[in-house]
Amino acid sequence: MDFVLHPLNLVTFFPLVGVLALFFIDKENKEAIRWTALVTSLITFVISLWVLFGSGYDPANPDLQLVIRKSWIQVANWDITYALGVDGLSILLLLLTTFLTPIAILSTWTAIEDRVKDFMLFFLLLEVGMIGVFLAQDLFLFYIFWEFTLVPMYFLVGIWGGPNRIYAAIKFFLYTMAGSILMLLAILWLGIHQGTFYVPQLIEMGGIPLSVQKWLFLAFALAFAIKVPMWPLHSWLPDAHVQAPTAGSVILAGVLLKMGTYGFLRFNLPLFPQAAVKYAPTMALLAVIGILYGAAVSYAQQDAKKLVAYSSVSHLGFVMLGIFALNSQGVQGAILQMINHGLSTGALFLLVGMVYEQTHTRDLNVYGGLWKVMPVYGTLMLIVTLSSMGLPGLNGFVGEFTILLGAFGSQAIGSPWYAGLAAAGVILAAVYMLYMYQKMFLGPQGSIVEEVKKHGHALRDLNAREIITLVPLLVFIFWIGLYPKPFFALMAPSVDKLINIVQTAAMAMH
Amino acid sequence: MATETLIWLLPLPPLLAFFLIVLFTRKNKALSHTVAVSAAFLSWLGGMIVFIRALGVEHLGQEPFHSTINWLPTGDTWFKLGVMIDPLSAIVLFFVAWTVLMIFLYSVGYHNFGQPKGDHDRPGLPPHGATVTDEHGHSHTVPSVEPMYSRFFAFIGLFAFGMYLLVVSDNLFTLFAGWEIMGLCSYLLIGFWYAKPSARDAAIKAFMTTRVGDVFMLLGIAFLYSATGTLTFTEIFQPEVLHALATTQTPVLGLSAAGLIGLLLFIGTVGKSAQWPLHVWLPDAMEGPTPVSAMIHAATMVSAGVYAVIRMFPLTSQDPNTMAIIAFIGAFTALFAASIAVAQNDIKRVLAYSTISQLGYMIAAIGIGAYVAAAFHLVTHAFFKALLFLGSGSVIHGMEHGVLHTGEHVDPQDMFNMGGLKDKMPITFWTFLIGGFALSGFPIVTAGFWSKDEIFADAFAHGYTGVFITLALAAFMTAFYTMRQITLTFFGEPRTAAAEHASETPWTMTVPLMVLSVFAIGFGWVGIPEHFPGLGGILPNWFHEFVGSTLAEPPAAVEFSWIPLMTSLTVALGGLYAGWAVYRNVKSPQEDWLQIHWLQNKWYFDEAYNFLFVKPAYWIADTFTYKWMDRGLIDGILHAVGNIAGKIGHALRTYFDVPVINGAGDALADGTRKLGISMRVIQTGRIQQYMVSSLAVIIIVGAVLYYFFIA
Repeated sequence: MDFVLHPLNLVTFFPLVGVLALFFIDKENKEAIRWTALVTSLITFVISLWVLFGSGYDPANPDLQLVIRKSWIQVANWDITYALGVDGLSILLLLLTTFLTPIAILSTWTAIEDRVKDFMLFFLLLEVGMIGVFLAQDLFLFYIFWEFTLVPMYFLVGIWGGPNRIYAAIKFFLYTMAGSILMLLAILWLGIHQGTFYVPQLIEMGGIPLSVQKWLFLAFALAFAIKVPMWPLHSWLPDAHVQAPTAGSVILAGVLLKMGTYGFLRFNLPLFPQAAVKYAPTMALLAVIGILYGAAVSYAQQDAKKLVAYSSVSHLGFVMLGIFALNSQGVQGAILQMINHGLSTGALFLLVGMVYEQTHTRDLNVYGGLWKVMPVYGTLMLIVTLSSMGLPGLNGFVGEFTILLGAFGSQAIGSPWYAGLAAAGVILAAVYMLYMYQKMFLGPQGSIVEEVKKHGHALRDLNAREIITLVPLLVFIFWIGLYPKPFFALMAPSVDKLINIVQTAAMAMH
Repeated sequence: MATETLIWLLPLPPLLAFFLIVLFTRKNKALSHTVAVSAAFLSWLGGMIVFIRALGVEHLGQEPFHSTINWLPTGDTWFKLGVMIDPLSAIVLFFVAWTVLMIFLYSVGYHNFGQPKGDHDRPGLPPHGATVTDEHGHSHTVPSVEPMYSRFFAFIGLFAFGMYLLVVSDNLFTLFAGWEIMGLCSYLLIGFWYAKPSARDAAIKAFMTTRVGDVFMLLGIAFLYSATGTLTFTEIFQPEVLHALATTQTPVLGLSAAGLIGLLLFIGTVGKSAQWPLHVWLPDAMEGPTPVSAMIHAATMVSAGVYAVIRMFPLTSQDPNTMAIIAFIGAFTALFAASIAVAQNDIKRVLAYSTISQLGYMIAAIGIGAYVAAAFHLVTHAFFKALLFLGSGSVIHGMEHGVLHTGEHVDPQDMFNMGGLKDKMPITFWTFLIGGFALSGFPIVTAGFWSKDEIFADAFAHGYTGVFITLALAAFMTAFYTMRQITLTFFGEPRTAAAEHASETPWTMTVPLMVLSVFAIGFGWVGIPEHFPGLGGILPNWFHEFVGSTLAEPPAAVEFSWIPLMTSLTVALGGLYAGWAVYRNVKSPQEDWLQIHWLQNKWYFDEAYNFLFVKPAYWIADTFTYKWMDRGLIDGILHAVGNIAGKIGHALRTYFDVPVINGAGDALADGTRKLGISMRVIQTGRIQQYMVSSLAVIIIVGAVLYYFFIA
C-alpha cells in the first residue's frame, strides 16, 4: 500500500483512475465524459502540488528526492529497476504538465464533439506518459515512458486532426521513433557495460572515456534534438501542430517538446559531461541557427497556427542555447524558459484555436480589425503576444535575459557572438508576433467578419469558459515576469549541482 | 514619509490608474479621466516633495537617496533592484512630473470631453464630429468626444509609469524595463486609432525601429553584467570597476570594454531618441493623438534615451573612440533633421524633425563631454517642446472646429491652410510664440538660449570646431523653420474658411500651455554662466553646480568667450528674421522655394530602408528560408529518402516477396489484415515505407555525424 500511495506513483498513475472510470460511462454521455476527464486531471494537479508542498520535498536539497526504487527486470546481468524520483530539474516540468493538462481538456469542451470518450482516454494516457518521462530515473523505464507518449499523440493527431492529419501523424511518429532507436542502443550499451540502468548511480560511476562518451552523447542527442526540435530536424513540428487539434497543440508545444530539452539536462549533461563540453559550441551554433531560422520562417507564414508552430523552433533555440552555456545562469534561464514557452505558446495555441472554432480559418489575410469586434480577445492576445516576444514585466523577458546573460559569459561556448546573434532573435520575435497581431486585430475590418455573419451568427467575444481557460496562464505570465524568485529557488540547488558535475569533468579533461 | 519610501511609490499611481480604468471605470469617461489625472497629480506631488528634499541635501551626488531589495538569487549573492535619486535623476524627475501632469490635463480637452457622441464615430478611428441642434432649430456640426476616451487615459497612465520607473531606477535592469514598457505604450498609442492603416503601420514602425536599438542595448547590459557582475549604477561607477573596463580590450573596432558597452547602450538611445540612422519612426509617430506626440517627444520616450546616455557618461567617457562616434551621430543628426524640417508643411511634422534635431544637440553635447550642458538642454527642451506640441494640438483642434463648422474639406494640420490664427486663438499664439522662440534660442529671455549657448560654449572652449560649426548651422535652420512655422500659422490673413472660423480651445488645454510657458522662459535663468557679461553672477549658476555634482569630479565651468556667444546670437536672430522675411508673403506651397523633393521626402530614407531591409527581409523569410530551405531542401531530402525506401520496398515485394514467400505468409497476412482494418482510420498504407526510410535516415545521419564529430 505504501508503494501504491507513494506521492510519485500517485501523481504518475492517477490519470489511469480516470481512464478506468471512463470505461464505465456511455460514450454518448459527453458531458459526463468531459467532467470525468477534467476532474481527474485537476486531482492530478492537486497531487502534484502536494508533491511539492506536502510530501516532504525539500526544494533546498539538490539531490533526487522521494525516490522509489524496486527491482524490476533481471535477465542475465541486466539490472533494470523501477525507479522514480524528483529534483529541481524536473519539479517545475511536473507541475507544468499537470497544470496544462486540465487547461487543455477545458479547451476541448465545445471543440471536440466526435468520439469524445476516445479522445479523453488518449489524453489521460498521454498525461501518464509525460509525467513518467519527467520522473523516471531508470534509463529503461524512461525509454518506455518516452516511447509511450508517442502512441496517444499519434492518435490525437491522426483521428481528431485537420485535413492532412495522416501525413502529419505518421511524420511525427516515425521521425521521433527513428530518433529514439539510437538512444535505445546507447541505453543498452550503458546498462550492460556499467551494470546498471539507474541514472544517479551511472552519474556517480562516471569514468566513460571521452571517445565513447561522444558516441553516446550523439545517440541521446539525436533523439532529444528531434523532440526539441533543433534545426534542421524540426520539419515534423509545423505539420504536427497545424494538423493537431488545439488541445493537442497545447500539450505538444507545452510539454512534449520539453521532454527533449529536459532529456539533455537529465542525461546528456551529467552522464557525458566531457562530451557535452566538447560539443557545446556546436550545439550552441545549431541553437542560434534555430533561433534565427525559426523566426524568419515564422514571419513568412500566412497561417496563424503555423506561425506559432515555427516560433517554437525559435524559442526552443533559446532554451538549447541556455543549456549549452553550461553555467548556472544559462541552465536556470533555460528551465525557466521551458516553463515560459509552455505558458505563452500554450496560450497562443488556445487563443488561435478559440477564434478558429468560430471562423474555421486560420488564414491571416482574411482577418483584420478584430479588436473592435472582440475586445477581450484582443487584449488577452496582446498580453500573450508581448509575453512571447519578451517584454519586460512578463515572463518571457526574464527567461531570455537570464539565458543571454548565461550565454554571454559562457566558457563552454567560448564566444559572446552566439549571444549576440541570439539577441537578434529578440528583434525578429517582435517582427513576426506583431505581424500576426496587426493582421488579426488592427486595421480595417477583415472579410471574415462578414463571412461569419453570412452563416447566421456574428463573431462573439470570448465566453466565460474560454476566459477561465486562459486566466491561470496569464496569472503565471505576470507572476514569473514580476517576481521570478520562487521559481528560480525551486531549481537553483539542483542546477548548481549539475553544473558542478559538468565542470568537474571538464577540469579533469584538461 | 521617508524619502526612499516615497521614491518607491512614485511610479505606482499611474500604474494603479491604468488597472483601475481597464478593470473598473472604463465605461465612465469622467471617472476615468479623474482617476488618471489624480494619479498624475499624486506622482507630481511626490516628485516635487522628493525634488525639494533633494535640494536640501548637501552632497547628494555622493550620497544619493538610495534603497534596494533582493530580487533574484545569483549563486551566492543577490541580484538587487532598487531606486535612487541623485542630482541628475532629481532634475529629470522635475521636468517629467510637470510635463506629464500638464499632458494629462490637456488630454481631457483634446479628446473633447463634455461634447456629444459622434454621429458615425466608431472605436479605432478619430472622432468625426456630431450634429447638434441649438435652441433656434439650426443644426451645427461640432467636435465629438473620442469613442475610446477611457482607453486613452489607461494607456498614457501606463506610459507615465514606464517613465517614472525609468527615472527612479538605480540600475540598468529596471531602467530597461521602463524603457520597454514605454516602447509598448508608444506602440499602443501611436496606433491608438488602430483602424487607420497609416496609424497601424506607424505603430509597428516605431516599435520595430526602437526595438532594433533595444536589442543592442540588451547586449550591452548582458556584456556589462558578465564583465562586472552588477547592473547598479553606483557599483558600475566605482573607479576601480571603470578602470578595469577601460583597460580591457575587445576585438570590436579596437574599443575597450567600457567603450563597447557604452556604444551598445548608446545604440539603444539611437533607437529611442530617434537619432540617425534610426530616426525614421519619429515623424510617423505623429499618427497618434497630439498629447501622445507631446508625451513621446518631450516628457518621456525620447528624453529617456538621452537620459540614459547622460546616466552612463562615467562609463562611456572612458573611451574616446566611443565618445567621438556619439558626437558625430549627434551633430550629424542635428543638421540632417533640421534640413528636413524646413520643407515640411504639416505643423506636427516640423516639430517632429525639430525634436530629432534638438536631441542631436544633446547627444553631440554628451559626445564632447559637456555633461551639464546636455542635461540642461534636455530639461529646457522637454518644457518648450511639450509646450510646442500641445500648442500645435491646440491649433489643430481650433482648425478642426473650423473645418466642422464650415464643412470645408481641408487638412487641419497643413500650415498652408492656416494663417491669421493670431487673433482667433490668442492664448495659443502667445504661448506657441514663447515655445518657438525658446526652440530658436531667442537671446536672454528664453530657456532655450541659455542651454543651447552652453553647448556652443563647451564645444568651442574644448576645441571641437567641427561640432561647433555643424551645430551653429543647425541652429540657424532651427530658427528659420520655427519662424516659418509661426509666420505661416499665425500671421497674415486666413487662407481657408476653416482658418477663418477657428476658435480658441477650452481651459483644460490652454492652462497647460500657460504653465509650460513659464518654464520655457524661466528655467533658463537657473543656469546662467557666472562669467556671462552683465548678467553672470546676479543669479547663481545653480544648475551647473547641482547637476555637475552627480559626477565624482564635477566639471569645471567653461571660460567665457565672445565667439560662441556672438555665433549664438547671430544664428538665432538671423534665422528668425529670415524665416519671417521669406514667408510673410507666401500664400501657397507653389510660392515656397524650399519645397525640394529631397528634403520633403526626408532624403528618401524610408524608401531606401524599404529597398535595403524590409523587402529583402521578407524575401529571405518567405522565399529563401521557408520555400527553398524548409519545404524544399529539408523536407525534400526527407521525402526523397521516403520515396527511395518505398521503391526498394516495392521492388522487394514484387521480385522477392510475392514470388518467393507468398504462400508461406498467409496466416500472418490474415492477422495483419485484421489489424489493418482496425487501424484503417489512421492508415495510408505508407507506414512501411516510412519505417524503412527512418532507418535510412539514421544511417545517413549517423554517417554524417561520424564524419564531422568523431573522425
